[in-house]
Amino acid sequence: MTVDLDSAVVAKGAVAPPAPLPVLTANDLQVYYGDFQAVRNVHLAIPRNEIVAMIGPSGCGKSTVLRCFNRMNELIDGCRVTGHVCYHGVDLYDPRVDAVEVRRRIGMVFQKPNPFPKSVYENVVFGPRIAGVARAEFDGIVESSLRKAALWDEVKDRLKASALGLSGGQQQRLCIARAIASNPDVLLMDEPCSALDPIATGRIEDLMHELKADYTIVIVTHNMQQAARVSDRTAFFTVEVSSDSDRRTGVLVEYDDTEKIFSNPSDSRTENYVTGRFG
Amino acid sequence: MAMTDLPLATGVLSIGDLAGNRRRRGRERRVRRFFVAAALTSLVISALIVGSLAVEAGRFVLSVDLSALWTTGWFPREGFFDVKTLITATLIVTAVAMLVAGPIGFATAVYLSEYAGARTRRLLKPVLETLAGVPSVVLGFFALTWISPHIVQWIEPAAPLSNLASAGLGVAILTIPLVASVSEDAMSSVPRSLREAASGLGARRMTTSLRVVVPAAVSGLVAAAILATSRAIGETMVVLIAGGADQAQFTASPFQPSLTMTAAMASLAGGSDAVVGQGNAYQSLFFVGLMLFLITFGLNVAANRIVRRVRQKY
Ligand SMILES: Nc1ncnc2c1ncn2[C@@H]1O[C@H](COP(=O)(O)OP(=O)(O)OP(=O)(O)O)[C@@H](O)[C@H]1O
Ligand SMILES: [Mg+2]
Repeated sequence: MTVDLDSAVVAKGAVAPPAPLPVLTANDLQVYYGDFQAVRNVHLAIPRNEIVAMIGPSGCGKSTVLRCFNRMNELIDGCRVTGHVCYHGVDLYDPRVDAVEVRRRIGMVFQKPNPFPKSVYENVVFGPRIAGVARAEFDGIVESSLRKAALWDEVKDRLKASALGLSGGQQQRLCIARAIASNPDVLLMDEPCSALDPIATGRIEDLMHELKADYTIVIVTHNMQQAARVSDRTAFFTVEVSSDSDRRTGVLVEYDDTEKIFSNPSDSRTENYVTGRFG
Repeated sequence: MAMTDLPLATGVLSIGDLAGNRRRRGRERRVRRFFVAAALTSLVISALIVGSLAVEAGRFVLSVDLSALWTTGWFPREGFFDVKTLITATLIVTAVAMLVAGPIGFATAVYLSEYAGARTRRLLKPVLETLAGVPSVVLGFFALTWISPHIVQWIEPAAPLSNLASAGLGVAILTIPLVASVSEDAMSSVPRSLREAASGLGARRMTTSLRVVVPAAVSGLVAAAILATSRAIGETMVVLIAGGADQAQFTASPFQPSLTMTAAMASLAGGSDAVVGQGNAYQSLFFVGLMLFLITFGLNVAANRIVRRVRQKY
């Protein structure tokens, strides 16, 4: 499916399918850490039930942009966001919006597995518990979330054991199960496989394909093959170094169908990066 | 291939080549001995203290009429050594102190570690440290002249100026900084990634603090509570001044004056010339000292046990 969401680009050809309303859009997004501008002028639209990959060299602001989507940046002292991030048409940075409500709908999986030092079971029900879900539903939520995260068979006999006793890959899948258990609408994943071996990585990629039916996923990855394998669309970011002040700012270079980004990108910088000729 | 088939290395080196510098090795040995001695010093001192306490305390228990240990008050010069008077008073003061200092210190720690921005923290921590630095004599007088009339006598108008509750509140002020700073250290060292995990799941700051940070920091928090309790039990000056050290009658009321173990020792030691040779008064000092030591020691052992048990749960 080729749906062009970028309003600046007019779809050529006769019958383009109608563009679905995007779940998330970033408009003229700028992010500052203190005086330092980390990211400039990002325009991005994330369509429903798709997987969007964000790639680019280290320090180009992928994590920073990702964290704007559920207002996690607020936890960082001195971080400031301008522009608009809209979620189903609501500006997330409107002062009336409660970040807590946002994060219950837009879940996050972090680069390093970060299970709570509690039992496997308690980890999974953390979200439902604080959201006031009835206890009677917990057992069902635990099983279905762990099944979706392809972890159930490995941990079903030790749900009461500490999550810290799991392997790194299992911990990461537990974190995914924990995020799913809150029944979010969007899942943000920041390099979720960077600490995993190829088998665990493959499992998580399969998992993402399955989750696509119910969720919208944004994934940051350094693994080009992974982006090509799992995503429908890819956003390529890079760092621009200003000639006079040596300031390094992240910019969005190109955002398009994954196939196009990897086979026929319109920007030479994208081409250099995806073919490994990035200098 | 058998060992004997291996060619033996021929003698290119002599033992002298590998012996190193003799003087330097000797110095290394002496340095080592010095550090061992330093480490042993505190061990030896502790052993000496416990030994001397135990010997004199044993002498006391053997020579005193055991019924004198269960009377109506602590009057060593008259041969009344009511142990329960001292223990009850100590318990009351400690309980009042911990009931006040525990929640306040703990809440301060939660605020500093989870809510306050970097600037507020930089401003507040020195204030806490200043509070920790107030001499206990000063706090004793503050407890007697301000806390007692304004707080304790406001709650219980019939209370005399010297009373255990005022002493307990004075001790509370002394221990708040201790509770706060040890708990704050414990909570600050909980990894940031856990807080992010919780907020990412839509937890409010309060939920994150109480459900994630506090459980993860629990061993440090128990340590803070135990340390503060030990400190409260051992505090002397405040209870001596504000608790009514000259009233050694048994009481179970916090609004009455009485004598804690530490205050009993201090008032005995204050007149120790007079005490020597007066019956068993001198030895009773060691007896109380040993009790005090055993209580704090037991508390530390219990704390270690609790911490180990709670930690294993995770
Ligand atoms: N908490 C912070 N305080 C100050 N500067 C920050 C902070 N986090 C990120 N930055 C800066 O913002 C820029 C973008 O960082 P970001 O973490 O978003 O990059 P990234 O693309 O995710 O990199 P990587 O691929 O290495 O994870 C970098 O220059 C970084 O130094
Ligand atoms: Mg990153």
